[in-house]
Amino acid sequence: MATDRPTYDVAVVGAGPAGLSAAVGAAEAGLDVVLVDAGRLPGGQYWRHDDEHSTPPRSHGGRLFARLRARLHHQRDLGRLRYLPGHQVWLIDRPRPDGGPFTLRLNGPYETAPVERDRVRARALVLCCGAYDRQLPLPGWELPGVMAAGGVQALLKGHRAVAGRRAVVAGTGPFLLPVATGLARAGARVLAVCEANPAHGWLRHLDGAVRAPAKSAEAVRYAALMARHRIPYRTRAAVTEILGEDRVRGVRIDGGEVLEADLVALGWGFTPALELPLMVGAATRRDLDGSLVAVVDARQRTTVPGVLAAGETTGVGGAAPAVAEGRLAALSLAAAHGLPVDPRTVRRLRAAIRHGRAFAAALHRTYPVPDGWTDRLTERTLVCRCEEVTYGELCRARTDLGAEDPRTMKLLARPGMGWCQGRICGFAVAAVTASLTGRPATAEDLRPLSARPFAAPVTLGELAEMVDEDEEP
Amino acid sequence: MTPYGKGPIHQDLPRTADLVVIGAGVVGAAAAWFATLAGLRVVVVDRGAIAGGTSGAGEGNVLVSDKEPGPELELARYSRQVWGEDLGGYGGLWEFERKGGLVVASTPAALGALRTLAARQRARGVVVREVSGDELPALEPRLTREAAGGALYPQDAQVQPMLAAAHLLRLARQRGAVVRTRAEVVGFLRPGGRTGSPATPGGDTATPGGGMGAPAGDMGAPAGGMGAPGRDAGVPVTGVTTPHGTVSAPAVLNAAGTWAGAVAGLAGVGLPVLPRRGFVLVTEPLPPATVRHKVYAADYVDAVASSDAELQASPVVEGTGGGTVLIGSTRERVGFDRRPSPAAVRALARGAIGLFPMLASVRAMRVYAGFRPYCPDHLPVIGPDPRAPGLWHACGHEGAGIGLAAGTGKLIAQALTGEAPELDLTPFAPERFERGGADEPRGT
Repeated sequence: MATDRPTYDVAVVGAGPAGLSAAVGAAEAGLDVVLVDAGRLPGGQYWRHDDEHSTPPRSHGGRLFARLRARLHHQRDLGRLRYLPGHQVWLIDRPRPDGGPFTLRLNGPYETAPVERDRVRARALVLCCGAYDRQLPLPGWELPGVMAAGGVQALLKGHRAVAGRRAVVAGTGPFLLPVATGLARAGARVLAVCEANPAHGWLRHLDGAVRAPAKSAEAVRYAALMARHRIPYRTRAAVTEILGEDRVRGVRIDGGEVLEADLVALGWGFTPALELPLMVGAATRRDLDGSLVAVVDARQRTTVPGVLAAGETTGVGGAAPAVAEGRLAALSLAAAHGLPVDPRTVRRLRAAIRHGRAFAAALHRTYPVPDGWTDRLTERTLVCRCEEVTYGELCRARTDLGAEDPRTMKLLARPGMGWCQGRICGFAVAAVTASLTGRPATAEDLRPLSARPFAAPVTLGELAEMVDEDEEP
Repeated sequence: MTPYGKGPIHQDLPRTADLVVIGAGVVGAAAAWFATLAGLRVVVVDRGAIAGGTSGAGEGNVLVSDKEPGPELELARYSRQVWGEDLGGYGGLWEFERKGGLVVASTPAALGALRTLAARQRARGVVVREVSGDELPALEPRLTREAAGGALYPQDAQVQPMLAAAHLLRLARQRGAVVRTRAEVVGFLRPGGRTGSPATPGGDTATPGGGMGAPAGDMGAPAGGMGAPGRDAGVPVTGVTTPHGTVSAPAVLNAAGTWAGAVAGLAGVGLPVLPRRGFVLVTEPLPPATVRHKVYAADYVDAVASSDAELQASPVVEGTGGGTVLIGSTRERVGFDRRPSPAAVRALARGAIGLFPMLASVRAMRVYAGFRPYCPDHLPVIGPDPRAPGLWHACGHEGAGIGLAAGTGKLIAQALTGEAPELDLTPFAPERFERGGADEPRGT
């Protein structure tokens, strides 16, 4: 029964901008493709929408998404692409470590054909795992009513739900703007956008923006929306404390002024999901924005043969370079299969990626996580919420027990050992540990909190039923 | 507003000491504590972090139940007593818990074998109570009703091994010991200015995380095989060289765990300590007392004693203070390969569900691998090395290192200070492999 299980030419993980583009591109080039995505609908976080027939707004590249989605469905209907929405990859293994196909173990919904519900096999991988909100602990951040900016946005986009009535949007980076204007449009009163960095707007401060006119137009549009909704945009303004007893009552700005609010949306950039690249052994590095990212070459290849990566997995850069990288990864695989690839297309994609990445680099430089944010932490500030580990406990694990690196910190004080396995606190634990030992955080600090043996929850029952590929005829 | 100062807490290495301990795992920490307590000036060095090797990758077993009568059982009983008495007052620091072990036999035949083993253990002073199949649900309500019966070992206990190592070192520091992590021993001081040459090029202390975090193959396979030429044989060891300085000491203790063979090789003596990989699976937090004892299947003892290179798996299931359930343990000889093996993970899950069927719907949060340092005869190496006077060993404890650490540390301190050790160290002698004393051929 399992003998006719196909081995795909390529498995693409993630159906956001990069993954959609990679999967469609590879199928159109003539490869057998399986596209595995945790989401119910294609589009990922960036193109999140609430039902099958709607599209994200035109300003958000909605037309590009609609075209990619139509091509996805077309390739699926032709039988060249198998699309598995609602499936999480929890383990990737390669029975023959230095070659041969990969086995992707999946958690799938039960309506999927049984043979592919639990696993697929592919000769190559394109990892487009996306990113999630970067969180920084501060006093009171665990109170109900404090949310990640991306979470607020997801509720708006995916469920048309508003999480509060009087909102403060704080942190750093341009992503705060759509969250603030989205809240305002949905009826919330946005008291302020608190931008921790001095930057006022992209046009004035970014050389890179000159090469990304679409982005500049977007900035102008958001500025207009902010003005229309009378949202104050305050720069060099950091929320230093969140006030409230059993839920958020307000925020303190720069240790002084208090704004009363029942919703606080915090955004400090994004953290790429690196579980799968680390699981297959791909080399990683620390990017400009401080995130751990997969190392890729000019063909989107990671350091592991047969494994490519695109989009945020290789560095937070937004949808435009992600789409180009996904496509380039597809062409790079097609070329490796001896299929014809138009060199002009490759040149065009590389140029798009260069521009997109230059723009992203300018953003990262303009909106860094401010130095010294750990100075706001108090003895009792929770750093790891799952295991309820405070900053004071991390300090003592260092001074009393000698924990000087995040892994030892994890073993001795338990940050990152709970439900989220460091997804939320990983960046913070690396930064706090490094700061306590008087040095900047490095890729080595980030890795132990980014690697996870299971990339998604899996029951012991599922583990017990795992089929070993080597056992099959 | 940092309540405690920032910056590295490295202590400078003194130029001299009474004892240098190589390895900041639980065995080295226990030895450092007892030696400090005995009045010695102790320096601990580790190429990685505290508890960065096997100590940070186990379950924290302090077991007497899984040992056949013999020298290891004697050491286990002694060490259990040291954990409970000498160190009993500190137990709360490292979550010492007298939870008891429950060994479960699935068939009447297995139960018969378990009863026989229990009787032999009882004759050696182990406390063990036979449990009928009917009594099992009262002891472990979630246990499978298929079991034929079992044996309860009240002396079996558990510690959190990383905390044990870190606090023992903290206590030793408070009494004057110096602990220096990320300081790899790259050579030994030998009279006449000779130093052993490194087994691998020195200066790779930059490898972050050391031990556990080090990539497979870092520091190579343990180098101290039986065939080591013994170039420096007979020449005393009088200290260590690290990239951060040199420490002269009349005694140097090799407590380098899985890497102890390489450290011995650096001193020119052979020590056949090899890695045996084990995985531990961790579940999501469950309600308190879901699993009350250390529960394992009767065939675990066979797996521990086995020398097969292939995957051995027999389930050991236990709860922790945090609510997670730990599921060990596999054993396989695959060198230093840390990648999760689907076959091993599957075997753990199957075994655990066999004992506790309710675990089938429980989610696994993570799995981790550790490398247990084992010798061909499955006994640790404890004591002075006559082939390199001044060099001592406390290593090769395989999967029982946490449980055996306290006793090992105290015995080493006794021997170092000229006291007669409370337990005969002859079966653990480092040179026993030279005289063909090893029961089985080594090799992977």
